[in-house]
Amino acid sequence: MSQSSTDIITADKLTKRFGDFIAVDAISFSVKQGEIFGFLGANGAGKTTAMRMLCGLSRPTSGKAMVAGFDVGSQSEKIKQNIGYMSQKFSLYEDLTVKENMKFFGGIYGMSRQRIKEKTREILEELQLIEHQDTLVKSLPLGWKQKLSFSVAIQHEPKLVFLDEPTGGVDPVTRREFWEMIYSAAHEGTTVFVTTHYMDEAEYCSRVCIMVDGRIEALDTPAGLRETHSAAGMNEVFLALARKAKRSE
Amino acid sequence: MTAIDIQHIRKTYPSKPSPVMALDDISISVTKGELFGLIGPDGAGKTSLFRILTTVLLADSGVASVMGLDVIKDYQSVRKITGYMPGRFSLYQDLSVEENLHFFASIFNTTIKENYHLIKNIYVQLEAFKDRRAGQLSGGMKQKLALCCALIHRPEVLFLDEPTTGVDAVSRVEFWDMLKHLKQEGITIMVSTPYMDEASLCDQVALINKGSLLALDTPAAIRADYGEPLWAVKTSEMYKLLQDLRAYPVISTAYPFGEWHHITLSGNRKIDELKDYLLSRGHGKLELVEAEPGIEDVFMKKMK
Repeated sequence: MSQSSTDIITADKLTKRFGDFIAVDAISFSVKQGEIFGFLGANGAGKTTAMRMLCGLSRPTSGKAMVAGFDVGSQSEKIKQNIGYMSQKFSLYEDLTVKENMKFFGGIYGMSRQRIKEKTREILEELQLIEHQDTLVKSLPLGWKQKLSFSVAIQHEPKLVFLDEPTGGVDPVTRREFWEMIYSAAHEGTTVFVTTHYMDEAEYCSRVCIMVDGRIEALDTPAGLRETHSAAGMNEVFLALARKAKRSE
Repeated sequence: MTAIDIQHIRKTYPSKPSPVMALDDISISVTKGELFGLIGPDGAGKTSLFRILTTVLLADSGVASVMGLDVIKDYQSVRKITGYMPGRFSLYQDLSVEENLHFFASIFNTTIKENYHLIKNIYVQLEAFKDRRAGQLSGGMKQKLALCCALIHRPEVLFLDEPTTGVDAVSRVEFWDMLKHLKQEGITIMVSTPYMDEASLCDQVALINKGSLLALDTPAAIRADYGEPLWAVKTSEMYKLLQDLRAYPVISTAYPFGEWHHITLSGNRKIDELKDYLLSRGHGKLELVEAEPGIEDVFMKKMK
């Protein structure tokens, strides 16, 4: 893992209100370049809202956050160009082929034709998908889709990639192969910001943040969290913290 | 007594270039009163099996019955005694919470009052929202309402398709508590889940992948069936460790498992040799212990 101390995300009292409801309540934290940062919370804890603000999709009500060097309030377009994003729900276009998807997303991110060509070749080789490059994405097995979609999300080589429950539904072997891709990207310096409902995956993160009722209830390494809460595993830590929640979703 | 009997069920879906085998010769028998888990990832065939058992899909071949009633010949009777909570939210979005419940009670010729004791624990959590449209509920609330609607006619057998998918760890624990309570009421439950750790909460489980049955037994018996020593190893650099393990010739499998990597060795290799190798690769804080295989270890082994 990169030892660089450069912060790629800094949030300072970042807040989002919807009317009387405070979805995200003045959260402050920072993420270092090259970290795998796990972002956990019960349904309704404010995770999605916080993540939408960090991706430049939702303007904060108050507070501030810098992502990849840009302000989420005033430079959201810049942020979108400089991050990668993938979720289980939104990833690739099913009715485009593997190659067409790569070309499309490369174009969106402003990559040159030459660069897209090179990257496409590199990724297809890595995933051993060369012979399937003209296959429609909808006919690929789920596991391949997830891996391809991660590669596409980082083909423009962003410094930071957001992964929203990337491994939902895939088999346990594929889930691990996927995490090895995350490890490898982080090893090369890409920062990974990831949400998951699988508590074993929280252990693979450099640091884990747990949100409860719109606030950050804990933020530490997995080992540190286990120690603080005298817990055998992350599942126990999560249950202990999330049960403090007063608001229901 | 057998509550659910599945014999040699096969189901394919047309697809190009070749048909998709959704269920490949599946036979399962579930005893009355049991909490039975179907454990597997997306595409395993779980939903197809539920749809066949709830009489809304025909198998290509094989037979299935619920409480002795054939799912084809006696489909009307099967529908009366079963409750089904599909994976996708399938209540009426434009009806309120109370209206939905009322609707399901009346099509089964019963009333909310008659079986209220069954849903009471769940419904009290919804009561404050009883006038809200179902479409406006949060995910967890929708799930609770769907369970109430599947229970309101007091079914003998309950089918729940991935009720905990995408649900956070706290709500998952609560949901399994509700299932335990329903089991005590004598209801036979078949529940599917992609979360391997939930297998241990079932009396019996079927591990299923790509339409095939990988294992069928009690969770304890399945874990005991791993069949070879399993080791857990950790050091201060887990990614490097994984790469070093993969590069070591006698390693048969190496997978991340939470804070550990689980490994198996080929042949009769001494674990001390592996220790020496890892130390020579410069790993600090090395821990290497024998591990209890979990359901997920078995699943991964049988997937191959």
